[in-house]
Amino acid sequence: MYEGVIQHLIDELGRLPGVGPKGAQRIAFHLLAADPEDVKRLAAALVEVTERVRFCRTCGNVAEADECRICLDPRRDLSVICVVEEPKDVAAIEKIREFRGRYHVLGGAISPIDGVGPDELRIRELMTRLSDGTVTELILATDPNLEGEATATYLARLVKPMGLRVTRPASGLPVGGDLEYADEVTLGRAFEGRRLLDV
Amino acid sequence: MYLTRLALTDFRSWAVADVSLEPGVTVFSGPNGEGKTNLVEAVGYVATLGSHRAAQDAPLVRRGAERAVLRAAVTSTDGSSILEIEVNPGRANRVRLNRAPLTRPREILGVLRTVLFAPEDLALVKGDPGERRRFLDDLLVAMAPRYAAVRGDYDRVLRQRSALLKSAGLKSGRSAQARDAIAATLDVWDAHLARTGAELLVGRERLVRALRPLVERSYTAVVGAQGPAAIAYRRSFGEAAPGGTGNTAERQNAEKSAGTRGAELGMAEAGLRDALADARTSELDRGVCLVGPHRDELELFIREMPARGYASHGESWSLALALRLASFDLLRAGREDPVLILDDVFAELDAGRRDRLAALVAGAEQVLVTAAAPADVPPVLAGARFTISGGVLTRAG
Repeated sequence: MYEGVIQHLIDELGRLPGVGPKGAQRIAFHLLAADPEDVKRLAAALVEVTERVRFCRTCGNVAEADECRICLDPRRDLSVICVVEEPKDVAAIEKIREFRGRYHVLGGAISPIDGVGPDELRIRELMTRLSDGTVTELILATDPNLEGEATATYLARLVKPMGLRVTRPASGLPVGGDLEYADEVTLGRAFEGRRLLDV
Repeated sequence: MYLTRLALTDFRSWAVADVSLEPGVTVFSGPNGEGKTNLVEAVGYVATLGSHRAAQDAPLVRRGAERAVLRAAVTSTDGSSILEIEVNPGRANRVRLNRAPLTRPREILGVLRTVLFAPEDLALVKGDPGERRRFLDDLLVAMAPRYAAVRGDYDRVLRQRSALLKSAGLKSGRSAQARDAIAATLDVWDAHLARTGAELLVGRERLVRALRPLVERSYTAVVGAQGPAAIAYRRSFGEAAPGGTGNTAERQNAEKSAGTRGAELGMAEAGLRDALADARTSELDRGVCLVGPHRDELELFIREMPARGYASHGESWSLALALRLASFDLLRAGREDPVLILDDVFAELDAGRRDRLAALVAGAEQVLVTAAAPADVPPVLAGARFTISGGVLTRAG
């Protein structure tokens, strides 16, 4: 244990995801030794992020205005919406630079244990977006775990009467990896979803 | 396969223990409370990542210590392996195989295979259905480690669905709209429960079919006379009535190609789905999940009467032994012998059954025996002997 303010800082840092007690201590002492100007810039960034960042009213992604950059971009394809759980999933998919549609961030996945049902997610907003008929394809890119699968199934059933094209990204072997290192569940899925090799 | 070494740190009563072992029989004897069972319990833990005596890990760590460390060296036809497990109660255990850390502890399952006989086995016959389901699931994992994942998935679906049913029960007074919303979410979980549940169900049913003749044979062998014992698997739901709410076309398709595992899975999944649909109202009323492998039962019979309630103490014991012997037969069929552990079982048996049990297991590649009195161990199980006294382990022969 350290004296008052230092311990306070360590405790606060320790509450961050991925930071344990040792890591928190290390960061705290790094900040103490750093140039005060750098630390002030970090503090300002922390304050700024809480004050300025909002959630896009259309898709739920992080934004600095009422709507996010992607929703405001007129070059985006309006007929495709990709549904994800979290804003960081948007960033991951943006990295492939192939997807030109827009997103819808649910804010989580259905998980009754955590008290998260369809009403706690931004599903009503999604239905509103789909109602005007512009969107023809829905990509359900929720996480490939139990809760993500359940959410995808739920959404697929919900939008079925609308006659949209509903797709889900494939699960399978990682590119550039070795078959022998894949775990049995992934390998099983990869076999289920095998496709014809057309030569 | 056989163990060549077992080393423990802060496990149960042992601050430190280190034993070199050989193939064949090894007997650990000593007064009660000296830690004989703790040694073989550790072997079982390395094989299954669970104890036969404690549901939680906390009692496994010596009082005052923070963690327990178990190390075992195993020789099998694949060569030798070193297994290391650090038991951290309340946190994730750390597991290393041949010095390399494993990301998922369950990857170690199957490296060491054991069959453990213990006084607690009496609960297999006299205890709750949960004991018998656990017996089947543990054996399933020992036969095919893949089932550890199936079991984990099923537990998770079940927990999610149960949480939903519970909260739906609280909301049942709400509008019709709210009920529709709950029904739509339940439909999703029903589908997932049926899919993973079918996998577990078919696995268990196939296992029981393979086990049945072996249990009958083992029971006769232990009792020494014709004593018709039988086992059967009973699902928590009956066959759905024809014209039920389920997808009949799918079921007909499945029936056409009956016999294959895929077809069995398809039928079990359709059956579970129908049963869930039929039970929906009562499940919502009671707020619990009433259908699925978690409510199934492994039925045990002696002379065509249910063993639970009808069998005598001695008969129950013999049936429990027969279940373990049958597991051993199944696990060794076409593969190498698992390590056989007899924890304090001879004291409970009469001389005839004692000798017959000893004769049945004497041929196993490695047998670890614990007994308070060495005289209880039949002479056919001669081999290395260790005595434990005052917390010290000494080789006696």
